[in-house]
Amino acid sequence: MIITDVLCPFCGDLCDDIIVEVEGNKIIEVKEACETGMSKMMGHERIAAPMIRENGKLVKTTYETAITKAAEILTNSLRPLMYGWGSTTCEADKKGIELAEELGAIVDNTTSVCHAPSILALQDVGLPSCTLGQIKNRADLIIYWGSNQAEAHPRHMSKYTSFTKGFFTKEGRKGKYVMVFDIRKTTTAEVANEFVQILPGEDYRVLSALRAILAGAGDVVPFSVGGVPKGKLIEIVDRMKNSKFGVLFFGMGLTHSRGKPYNVANAISLVRDLNAHTKFAVIPMRGHYNVLGFNQVCTWSTGFAFAVDFARGQPWYNPGETSTVDVLNRGECDSALIVASDPAAHFPRKSVEHLARIPLIQIDPYASLTTELADVVLPAAIAGIEVEGTAYRMDGVPLRLRKLIEPVHLSDEEILSRILSKVREIRGD
Amino acid sequence: MKKIDVKLISGRSIAQGIHIEDKMSSKYCDIVAVCELNEKDMSKLGIRDDANVMIKSKVGQVVVRARTNNRNPPGIAFVPMGPWANAIIDSSTGGCGTPQFKGIEVEVTLTFDSISPIKELVGFT
Repeated sequence: MIITDVLCPFCGDLCDDIIVEVEGNKIIEVKEACETGMSKMMGHERIAAPMIRENGKLVKTTYETAITKAAEILTNSLRPLMYGWGSTTCEADKKGIELAEELGAIVDNTTSVCHAPSILALQDVGLPSCTLGQIKNRADLIIYWGSNQAEAHPRHMSKYTSFTKGFFTKEGRKGKYVMVFDIRKTTTAEVANEFVQILPGEDYRVLSALRAILAGAGDVVPFSVGGVPKGKLIEIVDRMKNSKFGVLFFGMGLTHSRGKPYNVANAISLVRDLNAHTKFAVIPMRGHYNVLGFNQVCTWSTGFAFAVDFARGQPWYNPGETSTVDVLNRGECDSALIVASDPAAHFPRKSVEHLARIPLIQIDPYASLTTELADVVLPAAIAGIEVEGTAYRMDGVPLRLRKLIEPVHLSDEEILSRILSKVREIRGD
Repeated sequence: MKKIDVKLISGRSIAQGIHIEDKMSSKYCDIVAVCELNEKDMSKLGIRDDANVMIKSKVGQVVVRARTNNRNPPGIAFVPMGPWANAIIDSSTGGCGTPQFKGIEVEVTLTFDSISPIKELVGFT
């Protein structure tokens, strides 16, 4: 059976034109996807069954036993942490937040270690943004700043920006000017019209210089800023002002380097300033396919996008205090539930050390480093392949993930729902 | 032993993305336990591709394989995001929740030690 218009559940581009061939409840061919998306959709080794750690070893058990054990751990904790949610559906996120409220837990998602600085910045200065569809149809100046999307979002340029033709961009690549600002000549920079090399940690200064020139205060800008000559900066501002529709995509180059939220606020402010001259938009390059979905669900259900602490009986948000890495650094949580994420691989070592000390529950389709630390392992169906649901593309457009084959495991939502019921049963609610 | 002081950048690579859900494999180690340096920095260390190097930061040290990548300017070491990079990244977040994964001052030296085993890096050997 051939299934068309399938969404790829890998990165924040949520490509919606994938063609999948299914035979006997197995995906045998994937067309149109990038290498990363294809690797995920073709499938690889899964966690076979629920497991509980006994005498230092994970031993197979039933869902019922593992879910009961998970509920007992969470109910007996004073300060449970619930982290992950980057690669699951909004429906699972909603259930997870309900469980966090029931437990008085801290609930946080992978935003915490990627675009948390962007959330802080947009709370400060807003986000003049647009959809990827508008960019495809209108943008003639495309800027990637600290974002190597040729490797992180491999189809971004062919589907939405440089190599695509739209209603007002009929010339395709010829009619577009693509600029990359980065500290190293990435694969994205190699296919751009212009690569602007910035010295490490100097993004904030370069953005400030561009804003000063744009504001007519170029006389205060020195001969070179962050490794970029003043003449080049003036040329860049002219190009930005003279574009019909510009867009600035930014990635971890801004959020992970010196200045973090201040870099992003400065980039957004540059875009805001440019709107006095032309139409300009900014979009954060979100990584996992539904990391933004959690931010949306968490915001409409708690008022905050990530790092929400329910210990007071109401949502409390204070990144630096309630964000996962900080909670782990202080050794504060006494249990953790990790859903659709692998913090053991992607957190700094010191933070992982505390995860290794506390009772840990993992819900995930795949074994990872976090599995090696887990005391309870609950294998899940793969959202977007075995389970349908809602996911938010990086530009904030919600799309419906499709079910392609029958699952062998429970969905994240079902597992969380059963844990919640069991927690209520233990508490006698 | 020759050493260089460089700034460490960690981030995504396409191969790292392909194997992100297959971390216990040797292929993942081959792809992620890598330090990419400009050829000038490789020359300063007197090494060729696939020599093992020790990267030291103020919070730790890790052994990975060196590779030439002239996309990096001299003075920059790129290590794909993952357990090896995270062994030397400071966990403090400066009050925003996110550690500084890029632009960390590190020292790189040639070593004859083996590549740090993944299990050792997250403390469960």
